[in-house]
Amino acid sequence: MAVIRTKDLKKTYNSSMVPVHALNGIDLTIEKGEFTALVGPSGSGKTTLLNLIGGLDQPTSGKVWVEETEITQLKGNDLIDFRLKSIGFVFQAYNLIPVLTAQENIEFIMLLQKRPKKERQQRALELLNAVGLKDRAHNRPGQLSGGQQQRVAVARALAAKPKFVLADEPTANLDSTSTANLLDLMAELNQQEKVTFIFSTHDQRVIDRARRVVWLEDGRILSDETKM
Amino acid sequence: MLFLIAWRNIWRSKLRSLVIMFAIALGLWGGLFVIALSQGMVNQRMDALIETSISHLQIHHPQFADNQQVKWVIPKGQALIDSLRRLPEVRAAAGRTVVMGMVSSAAAGSGVQIDGIIPAAERQVSKIYEKITEGAYFDESVKRNPILIGKKLATKLKVNVRSKIILTLQDRHGNITAGAFRVVGIFETISSRFDEHQVYVRAEDLNHLLDTENAIHEIALILHDVEAVDPVATTLRTQLPALKVETWKETAPELDYINEIMNQTSSIFMLIILVALAFGIINTMLMAILERVRELGMLMAVGMNKFRLFSMILLETLFLAATGGIVGTLVSMGTVWLVARTGIDLSVFAEGLRDFGYDTVIYPVLAPEFYLEVGLMVFITAILSALYPAWKALKLHPAEAIRTI
Repeated sequence: MAVIRTKDLKKTYNSSMVPVHALNGIDLTIEKGEFTALVGPSGSGKTTLLNLIGGLDQPTSGKVWVEETEITQLKGNDLIDFRLKSIGFVFQAYNLIPVLTAQENIEFIMLLQKRPKKERQQRALELLNAVGLKDRAHNRPGQLSGGQQQRVAVARALAAKPKFVLADEPTANLDSTSTANLLDLMAELNQQEKVTFIFSTHDQRVIDRARRVVWLEDGRILSDETKM
Repeated sequence: MLFLIAWRNIWRSKLRSLVIMFAIALGLWGGLFVIALSQGMVNQRMDALIETSISHLQIHHPQFADNQQVKWVIPKGQALIDSLRRLPEVRAAAGRTVVMGMVSSAAAGSGVQIDGIIPAAERQVSKIYEKITEGAYFDESVKRNPILIGKKLATKLKVNVRSKIILTLQDRHGNITAGAFRVVGIFETISSRFDEHQVYVRAEDLNHLLDTENAIHEIALILHDVEAVDPVATTLRTQLPALKVETWKETAPELDYINEIMNQTSSIFMLIILVALAFGIINTMLMAILERVRELGMLMAVGMNKFRLFSMILLETLFLAATGGIVGTLVSMGTVWLVARTGIDLSVFAEGLRDFGYDTVIYPVLAPEFYLEVGLMVFITAILSALYPAWKALKLHPAEAIRTI
């Protein structure tokens, strides 16, 4: 079953004198359980596409469905609520709330979902265990390394049991060991828990690990290959 | 958890938060203390006036106030005083013979109000005996025509204790009459005007001059509780329809008026301080928002809705203001309490203050309601100051905010 479908997705930025066509008609379908990389040089439209799929931005034209919901129709708090319930986010940096501990950061998402306290604590600890940071539960982000912070971010993204996780260049600020660890973690979650991951990257190590690679250039899909 | 995040957020930039908290505390402390000082001044003036001249309640013949003629006496005055003293609310009652006259010495003359009093009874309703700075309060050493005068009058007439002065007045029949009095005491109250225009003699001496017998023009009442003034006045008015019963507010309407003005001025003064503080708070919160654009973008992206974001910023502002506000209020309470015990000596400006009837040593007071009122004002200021920074935050676009450098 398709988790995400986009139809003739276009995005034009009018901020400067010359309109910039970031996306020029993207038709993309992502199935449940995929481990997909959106790849391309700077300005190819990876992040724009990720933002539109994630409901962080509105397209100039075209549509995005997440399962049965056409998210391009959602506005304001409805859209925010949809993101909260259905999508997990991992950003390049500044993922975590610096004044909360690792555990509290994970619980925060569930708090926004109004889950009971006991469930929140239990699931946060489970997730921290899954990302190998159980002993860092009470550390604040400032006391964690970049790689550890990204693993907490992955745990936080999974807290809401989302339909899929979007990761915008998650390894951009990481050294090679941390990158490998994070990729191992995401691959493991993908295989064992069937979590759908879509990430943008131009990091070859990440591309090598992806099972489907969608190449973008000038806002168009250049190639779309699934590894066997 | 929103409370926790907001509280921890204000400590992210400790120095900045402490500076604004300190500013709020200092503003409140300064404002509250000045207000307490002026409130103290007004209260002291009120107390002094009640204690030395107007008392809680006064009873007159209804026409006495119009022209203060000798003939407008209270009928059966002494009997009325005796019955008033038996009322449970009344602590003391005393009668006075009151006439206007001239006092003169070899050096000068002056118009004065002459109160003929029974010294022992007057002690119960007036503290003028405490204000004697030279001589004594009607001691027995001067048997004939002793008189108490104010310091300012003594200076004007160039007289001292034991000097002889002449009182000239109109007697019961309308004839001009005069008597020689000997100064036995000189008083000094907080009002130099009072000291210049008020003298006290014994009622018997004055009655003798007026050719009257125990004429009582004024009955002064002191109650156990000042709050009972209005109900007691109402009761007396129904019981004594032929007489004029006045509370201290009616005898000296300017006192109540000054009180009102002082309250309003205090509120405006506080408002000005708070408006200034509001700009400081807005500035601090704006800085806090602008340096956290990416984090706020992330929060919105992961599902924090606008209401929660707004609440978080509002809470941060409230915590900032409340911390400063509580510290400021506590320090103010402490300062007022401490200074109220010792008083602040403003004798450098003594002459000016006395001319207006204010004491030179001020004991600040602040009604508990005022702290409450200020607390509410700080709360409202914080909410208003949060609006603009919060609006700025709500306008952020998550996709852009998260990529802001």
